Amino acid sequence: MAYSFPEEVLEHVFSFIHTDKDRNAISVVCKSWYEVERWSRRRIFIGNCYAVSPGIVIRRFPELRSVALKGKPHFADFNLVPEGWGGNVYPWIAAMAMAYPMLEELRLKRMVVTDESLELISRSFKNFKVLVLSSCEGFSTDGLAAIAANCRNLRELDLRESEVDDFSGHWLTHFPDSCTSLVSLNISCLASEVSFSALERLVGRCPSLRTLRLNRAVPLDRLPNLLRRAPQLVELGTGAYSAEHRPEVFSSLAGAFANCKELKSLSGFWDVVPDYLPAVYPACSGITSLNLSYATIQSPDLIKLVTQCQNLQRLWVLDYIEDGGLDALAASCKDLQELRVFPSEPYDMEGNVALTEQGLVSVSEGCPKLHSVLYFCRQMTNAALVSIAKNRPNMTRFRLCIIEPRTRDYQTLEPLDVGFGAIVEHCKELQRLSLSGLLTDRVFEYIGTHAKKLEMLSVAFAGDGDLGLHHVLSGCESLRKLEIRDCPFGDKALLANAAKLETMRSLWMSSCSVSFGACKLLGQKMPRLNVEVMDEGGRPDSRPESCSVEKLYIYRSVAGPRSDMPRFVWTMKTLS
Amino acid sequence: MESSEKLTSDSEGSNGLNLKATELRLGLPGSESPERIDSVGGLDKNGYPLGVLKNLVSGAKRGFSDAIDGGSGKWVFSGSGGSETDLAKGGGLFSPRGGNGGGKHLGGSESNNQHSSLGTPAKNDVVPQSPKPMHEKKPQISAPAAKAQVVGWPPIRSFRKNSMASNLPKNDEDAEGKLGSGCLYVKVSMDGAPYLRKVDLKLYCTYLELSSALEKMFSCFTIGQCGSNGVPIRDGLSESRLMDLLHGSEYVLTYEDKDGDWMLVGDVPWEMFTDSCKRMRIMKSSEAIGLAPRAMEKCKSRN
Repeated sequence: MAYSFPEEVLEHVFSFIHTDKDRNAISVVCKSWYEVERWSRRRIFIGNCYAVSPGIVIRRFPELRSVALKGKPHFADFNLVPEGWGGNVYPWIAAMAMAYPMLEELRLKRMVVTDESLELISRSFKNFKVLVLSSCEGFSTDGLAAIAANCRNLRELDLRESEVDDFSGHWLTHFPDSCTSLVSLNISCLASEVSFSALERLVGRCPSLRTLRLNRAVPLDRLPNLLRRAPQLVELGTGAYSAEHRPEVFSSLAGAFANCKELKSLSGFWDVVPDYLPAVYPACSGITSLNLSYATIQSPDLIKLVTQCQNLQRLWVLDYIEDGGLDALAASCKDLQELRVFPSEPYDMEGNVALTEQGLVSVSEGCPKLHSVLYFCRQMTNAALVSIAKNRPNMTRFRLCIIEPRTRDYQTLEPLDVGFGAIVEHCKELQRLSLSGLLTDRVFEYIGTHAKKLEMLSVAFAGDGDLGLHHVLSGCESLRKLEIRDCPFGDKALLANAAKLETMRSLWMSSCSVSFGACKLLGQKMPRLNVEVMDEGGRPDSRPESCSVEKLYIYRSVAGPRSDMPRFVWTMKTLS
Repeated sequence: MESSEKLTSDSEGSNGLNLKATELRLGLPGSESPERIDSVGGLDKNGYPLGVLKNLVSGAKRGFSDAIDGGSGKWVFSGSGGSETDLAKGGGLFSPRGGNGGGKHLGGSESNNQHSSLGTPAKNDVVPQSPKPMHEKKPQISAPAAKAQVVGWPPIRSFRKNSMASNLPKNDEDAEGKLGSGCLYVKVSMDGAPYLRKVDLKLYCTYLELSSALEKMFSCFTIGQCGSNGVPIRDGLSESRLMDLLHGSEYVLTYEDKDGDWMLVGDVPWEMFTDSCKRMRIMKSSEAIGLAPRAMEKCKSRN
């Protein structure tokens, strides 16, 4: 059959197709669609940088403009992945420097980015526009200076939560006077003071600036000047939100906030002094996103602020808000979609705040659009979880962290299997789930039975044995990422479901009961999986094969075993 | 084998030393008053003879092992084989509270049963060492063992932990203690090692615990060189080899404090150390120039 459309037409049609999923789908229709698609793809997302190699990507997609890469496993956020594990972006940058001179955007998460890499980026891509470094590390303010100085068309520089070797704030002065293109600047993770005058001038000459996230070192009395130069700001992160109480500072600040009529998102608020909070009230009615998770103020002040934000969709807050504050939230913010409550004193044996399961139940009752929850608390009941599940069948992300591992339902003293079971049973669109509390294999049976849309599951201190893991691996059809720590899961479930692992992005298991022998077997039998054993105590093969491995990271890959493993990582090789 | 070669070469270097220059006094040899050494890398490359420095270091009994136990030279190791609780591997102690099943065996990699030097001595050491016994503030925390944490739990990102750590205390009663945070990650590098590690200083209550953990962490580097000879890495000798190296002052443990100065670990009370330590470096003794006198002086001026 002759092809119906010339390539140009196909290409034009494909230009309206943007999501990765759709693009991937059309690329497998037939060979000519594959060819047209690959030449016309401009944007790619690589969820595991070791799943593929730069060479393979470049060969297939010769004309990319935007690349997103993720490196370390998620548990690296909690220091479970030792330093030196990998995820260095340099090989990617070096390859792309040759292949994609027109690259515009780079979004990296949990990768090691050196100054060398940043310098190479700044020199290699003439039209570079967007650099987002999320939870990255390995670079210093020297590298940032190179980006500032050389990227003439820079639009976004976003360092969210990265670990930067902060020598000084001087790097900011490297933005040339001719730089007027900034749309987004997020330096909230930096420790040093940046040069305020340079910052003010930069902000003043970038008329399209819509996101400005300052770092803690920017004092409150500097904020009004900055805001006056950028009344068009949509997203603002303050610096330290404290100063001695001086009426002129307050009125200046209040005036500046009132002038920012486009503000939708507020964050920062380190060291917040309640007296100054009313300065933001003029902006509250437009606020849809509020990050108060560093604001150590008490419930009454939080309530006053939050109840002003009738259009709030996202709230991140410390547990100082307490149940009372969450009640108020539920009553005032009917558009709320996402709630994250962080612990103010996570290492205290007992809580110091009156935040219980009741707060979450209230919000689940009062906020019909609530679908994304991250909640740290110290007590829970099955009844509460069942209520939440029934109230919010639209829940898509539910992460509960009961601070003490293996905590029971405090009323019935039972495990929390039934509660989480209700969550997966009622919330049919659930994509992400994190478990905590005392849990037996039953909860995994519920999950395997009901959680058909579940893509990511995080498990800690749970389960009785292999059956639990088996339920999950055999039942959760959409599972992509599974991360497990300190659970008594062993070899049987893993080996019985080996094929499942090829349908997932990755599996992490640490402090479980998987033997070295099983890892070897898995590595031998599954050529398209990289089975990596991490053990800082020495070679795993110097111990009996039945000994459990410390950490195990399994991921599918078309690139074969990686070549940059540190000494404490061993890859289980495939037998040819 | 290889380590003894190292020791030999170092002692050869010390043969050409200037006896007068090894005289212990405040300040560097040849200077009238103590000089501040710039902290970048902690090294002063003004050409002081290596032999002088080595003897300065060992003569001042500033080898890490000696500093640990108040100069008594005693060195208690937890590194004597077996699969014990291993702080260095990032496995923290389980909080031994009820309902937790203290001592629960987890996958063979961590065990509460083998405290060795980590359990009991900690309890004894904290109270006398700490000038501000913060544990007494909160009645439910009666012993340092309650402070022991599981690594990576609760699951909170480092950025958030560090931000909370530097919050100013709100109440007077907390003014002297460390508010809220239970975590203090500092980087530890070792000369010659390909990459650095991070340790959570709050996991430890004494220098002893810290040193054991670091031994474990870095033993794989010093014995990595032996490993290529086919000597099995994990054997009792290998870990004690690092002990020997440290004991024999091949390496010293230093830290960069808030002021940017590089100091020897062990000079100041533990609390003061954790308060001011920004990062650590296990450096070759030969490079630890003049740290001893400066540290002593700084300690004096602080007290």
